[in-house]
Amino acid sequence: MTSNAGGADSRPLAIEAHGLVKRFDGFTAVDGVNLSVPEGAIYGILGPNGAGKTTTLRMLLGIIDPDAGVRRVLGSERPHEIAHIIGYLPEERGLYPTMKAYDAIAFLGALRGLPLSEGRRRGKELLEEHGLGYAIDRQIRQLSKGMAQQVQLLGTLVHQPRLVVFDEPFSGLDALNQGKLERMIRSLAESGTTVIFSTHVIAHAERLCDEVAIIAGGKVPFAGPVDVARDRIRPQVRLETRAADGPWRKALPADARHEGNFWLFTLPESGIEPLLRALIEGEAGILSLSIERAGLHDAFVAIAGEAAAQALEQEKEEIRP
Amino acid sequence: MMIGQPRTGRLSTLAAAFVIARRDFTAILFSRSFIFFLLGPLFPFVIGAVAGGVGLQVKDSLQQPMLGVAMSSADVDAMIAAQRVLAKEVGGTIPDLVVIRRLAPGETIDPLAAMKSDQANLAAIVTGTPQAAILTGPVDRIENWQGRVALIAAQASGNGPKAFPGVQLNRVATSKVDETRTRLVTAQVSQTVLFLLTMLLAGMVLSNLVEEKGNKIIEVLAAAVPMDAVFLGKLFAMLAVSWVGIAAWGLAGGVVWLAAGNSLPDFPDPAVGWPAFLLLSVVYFSLGYLLLGSLFLAIGSMANTVREVQTLSMPVTMLQLLNFFFAGFAMARTGTWVETAAMAIPFSSPFMMLAKAAQHEGLPIHGLLIAWQVICVALFVRAGATLFKRRVMKSGPAVGARRGWLRRFST
Repeated sequence: MTSNAGGADSRPLAIEAHGLVKRFDGFTAVDGVNLSVPEGAIYGILGPNGAGKTTTLRMLLGIIDPDAGVRRVLGSERPHEIAHIIGYLPEERGLYPTMKAYDAIAFLGALRGLPLSEGRRRGKELLEEHGLGYAIDRQIRQLSKGMAQQVQLLGTLVHQPRLVVFDEPFSGLDALNQGKLERMIRSLAESGTTVIFSTHVIAHAERLCDEVAIIAGGKVPFAGPVDVARDRIRPQVRLETRAADGPWRKALPADARHEGNFWLFTLPESGIEPLLRALIEGEAGILSLSIERAGLHDAFVAIAGEAAAQALEQEKEEIRP
Repeated sequence: MMIGQPRTGRLSTLAAAFVIARRDFTAILFSRSFIFFLLGPLFPFVIGAVAGGVGLQVKDSLQQPMLGVAMSSADVDAMIAAQRVLAKEVGGTIPDLVVIRRLAPGETIDPLAAMKSDQANLAAIVTGTPQAAILTGPVDRIENWQGRVALIAAQASGNGPKAFPGVQLNRVATSKVDETRTRLVTAQVSQTVLFLLTMLLAGMVLSNLVEEKGNKIIEVLAAAVPMDAVFLGKLFAMLAVSWVGIAAWGLAGGVVWLAAGNSLPDFPDPAVGWPAFLLLSVVYFSLGYLLLGSLFLAIGSMANTVREVQTLSMPVTMLQLLNFFFAGFAMARTGTWVETAAMAIPFSSPFMMLAKAAQHEGLPIHGLLIAWQVICVALFVRAGATLFKRRVMKSGPAVGARRGWLRRFST
């Protein structure tokens, strides 16, 4: 049981899911999702709102059961049996308002099998370590929303899980705390913890993730390394010429468009050399030429958009009498 | 992030339930709602006292209806004397007489006109003579007075008893009839207390869950421990709180009992004896609450708003009221299918069995029914947890919204 996404990763899998399906009142929220998350990886689940990210995570964690398909998390098909080595931060954060900060952390640890006294000790240590020492004895309702979120985050990690699942962890955090969370995620991965998180903000995934799954309309049209996702879109060529017109124009691909001083087009299948030769022979007077690799955002829009369009077509077919 | 080696281990369902229960128990015990819970039993007394006071005032404002008498002067005197003799011997069943008029020889009176006058609060009027009394009054009351007026008239005309022989009283604690009647009272009182307590607690556990959903904690719990454990933890936390409450009430009741001494009325002994009855009361109360509480939790887990909770729990509350009435109805039908049904139906079973403990000896049947109720609790908890997993943790947009998003995204 090793990862084969991208073909090179031979790490054992922390999460393996095949054909996960979940329906709610006739609506298929998740439709045959396959995932392979290597141990120690930072794995992103990208998708627009309502794509099925949260439902997928909930199935992986055993909060809800799939209608079809198989999930295996840290080697177990019953996620609650290994809950003590998993940490979960849901999208909708919530703590008991009257609990003190360190007690809230200890309670979240106790739910994962950490003795309460140990949880309290670690809770105080973690709060001190993260600059929240002054809030140790404060009730959750006395904290700001951002501080309460940090307390919950620490509670998610207090039992030192092997797998951490974050659902939209960056939502509601200011830029400083987003940076702090990114550093924390990297630190977790460095210590061998597998981190999987969902987001609809591509920049976080691009900065953090080794691998991503793009989910749209309940399906996963792409799952694998970020580089592979980028390579789904051919690089873009940006060309600047001295001559405005001439025989060289015939060498440009059909999708070439003129924006300002530049010609923009997709790198031809035949590569850059034949094009260069034609431009030189046609006396284009090349001032600059750059080949830009696609970003994850472009890849996401292309892959998710295509999947969404296909899902819409499929739905139209189903509705059609 | 390194803060020592982790010492976590997998929690069993019961251990997980204990973690939930411990949190809920301490949170509820130190909350204002527990103070209200403790004061709960005082409310019926306060309301009863206020209502009683108001009733007394209303009662005082209305004069006791009396029986008017309008006869010749001698007949009036005879009737009054007869009434006094009989009232002394028979007591309150003999009505008071008020003289409307002493008639002169040959004089007559219109009884209807006399009744309509404001002279007195008359229920009826006796005219004629003791030997041939005429009773005039409203149709619904007159038959009620007939026998007693005849008794007074007979006494007044010299046909009543001349002397009332003394009756030696041989006082015993109770008779069979009395025992049956008083045990029925014990059964009814215990059923009512059980019903009120279970409804109060089930309502509290429901509020607790709805609050938890409002705080968004439920997903954290559901991710960490099985929903069965969440349900069990919540149910047993509230049960433990109620035991603390009952202990406090018992202590307060004991102090009042000791202070009041013999001035308190004696409660009739239940059939199984007080120790067994008290033990069974605690067991049936616990099971009755767990049954209803597990059902309420299942409802609460499916509802997203307080309004939804109210809508869903109303029919259940009504149904539970019916179960309570059914158990009360079945109480007096020993050995019939009605009694068997009331024992078998999970929600009426605790009421029925508590009443049975008050009325009938024999403990083995209780063991059997307790086992049955425990099985039902387990089934309801499991069903509630399954419903929660199937219906609650939905996310994403509705179908229509999704289609709209797809259209926007694909264009």
